[in-house]
Amino acid sequence: MRQITLSTAVNEAIAEEMRRDETIFLIGEDVAEAGTPFKITSGLVEEFGTDRVIDTPIAEPGFMGIAVGAAMTGSRPIVDLMFGDFIFLIMDQLCNQAAKTHYMSGGKLNVPLVLRTNMGATRRSAAQHSQSLHAIVAHIPGLKIAMPSSAFEAKGLLKTAIRDNNPVVIFEDKLMYQDKADVPEGELLIPFGVANVKREGSDITLVGTSSMVQVAEKAAEILAAEGISAEVIDPRTIVPLDMDTINASVRKTSRCIVIDEGHQSFGVTSEIASRLMEESFYHLDGPVIRMGAMDVPIPFSPALEDITVPTPEGVAANARKLMAGEMFNG
Amino acid sequence: MTDAKTNTEDYLRMYRQMVRIRSFEDQANQLYLSAKMPGLTHMYSGEEAVAVGICEALKVTDKITSTHRGHGHCVAKGADFKQMFCELLGKEEGYCRGKGGSMHIADQSNGNLGANAIVGGSMGIATGSALSAKRLGRDDVTVCFFGDGATAQGLLYEVMNMAALWSLPVIYACENNGYSEYTRTDEIAAGSIVGRAEAFGIEAFKVDGQDVLAVNDLAQTLVARCRKGEGPFFIELETYRYHGHHVGDINREYYRPKDEEKEWHTNRDPITNFAKWLTAEGIVDQAELDTIQTEIKTDAASAVAYALDAKYPDVSEVDMHVFAETP
Repeated sequence: MRQITLSTAVNEAIAEEMRRDETIFLIGEDVAEAGTPFKITSGLVEEFGTDRVIDTPIAEPGFMGIAVGAAMTGSRPIVDLMFGDFIFLIMDQLCNQAAKTHYMSGGKLNVPLVLRTNMGATRRSAAQHSQSLHAIVAHIPGLKIAMPSSAFEAKGLLKTAIRDNNPVVIFEDKLMYQDKADVPEGELLIPFGVANVKREGSDITLVGTSSMVQVAEKAAEILAAEGISAEVIDPRTIVPLDMDTINASVRKTSRCIVIDEGHQSFGVTSEIASRLMEESFYHLDGPVIRMGAMDVPIPFSPALEDITVPTPEGVAANARKLMAGEMFNG
Repeated sequence: MTDAKTNTEDYLRMYRQMVRIRSFEDQANQLYLSAKMPGLTHMYSGEEAVAVGICEALKVTDKITSTHRGHGHCVAKGADFKQMFCELLGKEEGYCRGKGGSMHIADQSNGNLGANAIVGGSMGIATGSALSAKRLGRDDVTVCFFGDGATAQGLLYEVMNMAALWSLPVIYACENNGYSEYTRTDEIAAGSIVGRAEAFGIEAFKVDGQDVLAVNDLAQTLVARCRKGEGPFFIELETYRYHGHHVGDINREYYRPKDEEKEWHTNRDPITNFAKWLTAEGIVDQAELDTIQTEIKTDAASAVAYALDAKYPDVSEVDMHVFAETP
């Protein structure tokens, strides 16, 4: 199969869907001729015109609000939010408006929009361009949250998101835009709420999201060389969350580490660990371990930044402790 | 008053719609005072000529966005009393099956995209609705209702900028009732309100919001121009809210003098003044207007009785409508 980058996969998904459905348009800062700073939407304005690939002023709440209103009235907007950190600017439009409209209207109004944004540290961009804020929006009922872990998921989840009748937020790891994977040409729809067992194993389950799936896979390689068999699970969407697959794996392995690039406290790792305690407690041989970004604003200096996020070596070290029955003390 | 509509039927419809709003609000206030309504509500009484003058210039397919003080817009755009009172009381037959309440009534069958409890929260929605209409080749116009207090929100300036850049068919209708919650508007708004829109090259108008014919005349002109692609537009409507910020805001002399309230009630009431004009012009006699008032008050009372007896949604509905179905 052909290999394409995650960036190309996103571009291809948007183009395919825009060809299929005239009501879809793309809106955001520098999405047209500039193709965004990451060159993800390059070429789309040439095919679809400025009527459907709409450059906006630097006014995130404004264009987010416009997208919500357009979605309520027959359009299917794809919003490009240049950096995930800017999600704080649009919180009212996303969380008070888009997320609640269907419910507050008793099911009469729909908001079928996709908000594409990014996440991920270690790009030397400091605290306001490096955050992974998916847990914050996952907390709000009414939003679906997808986290592609490769170009394959990026295409398949985005196409599914565009066809969904709800607001969907997609967090792409900006360090993965140039990573290649096998991606089929044409139709590729990955259902929401279906986790992917990336690697089978019997001793410990590693649940990873987005780029942390790669971290988990690398940790599994390290552990395999030491005779520890790790199973790696990618939930692919955190809302909805496929706890069936995660529970089934943990009931088999009896140990689990959850790895996610959001801050560790009050985050995705806490949520999954907590559900495992409630749903699979009697199958566990040790505590469920959370590994997220450190609870510090992401620092600029490489010497500091690199230690804020989980690494394969760190995951492997925690796995060894779990296997040995050692205590964890925070 | 200007001679906007020359058809007696249209005049009476405008009169009727203003009385419907007043009657609705009188009943809603009584529901609050008699502790039969959960929560609070914000009365539109006194501002009727704004909603009616504008909505009478719209087609059913035209869209509006509304505010926390939204019952007037909802009635003016064609909503039904029973479903509205059911919503106010949290009943299953309400417009939103009881999930929205007073501040969130949406009636998409009449083009009402919903009231909004965030001050200024619907400015993006209205502008996006206009973008949809333009992009998808529809001729519908969107009116964004908001108050003077909402002119302090930054979102307004972001979306007016884009609406002007993209020539969108949207009318920003600023209902200036003189008070931003519990604060005089001149204490929170520097400079000119219409000047804010003019800075973006948007044609802006100021009109007496108590004069339903003046409002309707301007709205008809601007709606027609929007359909021809000449939008957006901005209107500042000078009006007054008879009640406090909400129904519980009763002792309010610390921010608003009683003399001022009396002056508006006595001399600037939109319904009384329109009735005087209708009778002076010989369009209808007072007896006919009295009959209309009685009919509407009876309608409102029976809708309230219906809503009080209506059933609450089944508890199984609590987690229904969090997400829309996707086929």
